[in-house]
Amino acid sequence: MAFKGAIEIDYNKCKGCSVCIANCPTNSISLSKLVNNKGYHYAEMTGEGCIGCSSCAVVCPDSVITVYRVKIQ
Amino acid sequence: MNIEDIKKPENIVYRKTPMLTDAVMHYCPGCSHGTVHKLIAEVIEEMGIQSETVGISPVGCSVFAYNYLDIDWQQAAHGRAPSLATAVKRLNPEKYVFTYQGDGDLASIGTAEIIHACSRGENIVVIFINNGIYGMTGGQMAPTTLLGMKTSTTPYGRDAKLNGFPLVIAPMVAQLDGTAFITRQAVHTAAAARKAKAAIRKAFEYSQKGIGLSFVEIVATCNSGWKLSPVQANKWMVENMFPKYPLGDIKDILKDK
Repeated sequence: MAFKGAIEIDYNKCKGCSVCIANCPTNSISLSKLVNNKGYHYAEMTGEGCIGCSSCAVVCPDSVITVYRVKIQ
Repeated sequence: MNIEDIKKPENIVYRKTPMLTDAVMHYCPGCSHGTVHKLIAEVIEEMGIQSETVGISPVGCSVFAYNYLDIDWQQAAHGRAPSLATAVKRLNPEKYVFTYQGDGDLASIGTAEIIHACSRGENIVVIFINNGIYGMTGGQMAPTTLLGMKTSTTPYGRDAKLNGFPLVIAPMVAQLDGTAFITRQAVHTAAAARKAKAAIRKAFEYSQKGIGLSFVEIVATCNSGWKLSPVQANKWMVENMFPKYPLGDIKDILKDK
């Protein structure tokens, strides 16, 4: 069984601490080149590798990540 | 499958718990306080005890915890959270009462209060955030600062002859008969955070059994005080803090019987 996931980040609350990036097992998160309205380079999902494991969201100090996951056959 | 097809309400597996308010946390980027607040909020949500929980916020960075967790709060004088929690719990024995304290609060000015609350065996939960520094006031040496660690008041590193040795609270209070559950956790990885959440939940459950005080120490980072990036601070914590403050359960009277 395989999973495919996606994350949604509340960009304007993200402080760009990068803890989620260090905890992502599939390297699917990176810091954006853009900044949010507080001036932080926010985290964003990149690529198609996300498996919806929630590791990023569990360690996010500001609770800005929502995780979605679907099973694929 | 398209990313937009995955982002549907029925596919949500993790979201911000409604026990946390929508206020943006004032903590520095990557601060462990935010993660621990979230874990406590999730435990409260899972146990369904939002209206039965009273938190005691300390003095320090986490004084504003009452802005972020949507439960009842009291704010204690510096270090006196266990005493206030004693009063709240004795007056409202059916409530879940917890204190949330940093190392500058609990291990320094509040040492007497925590020792005697443990000794009396109050049925409260103590969440102790140990990052080895006074974060709020500008990174001064705390009692828990490691030997050789540079802070703004020990610029050449903490020296045992001049500044004494680090104070290790958890094994100290584990010797007291009034404590039921003592554990030390961290929140630097998802696995560690999940373990810490299970420990916090256990502590809340023990506090309602009337068997004594539950003490959860979280070894945390203060990346601003340590002058490191959040990711580097986590690494530094694993390399330097964990040898002095090893993770794991120190005492569990229900299991040890």
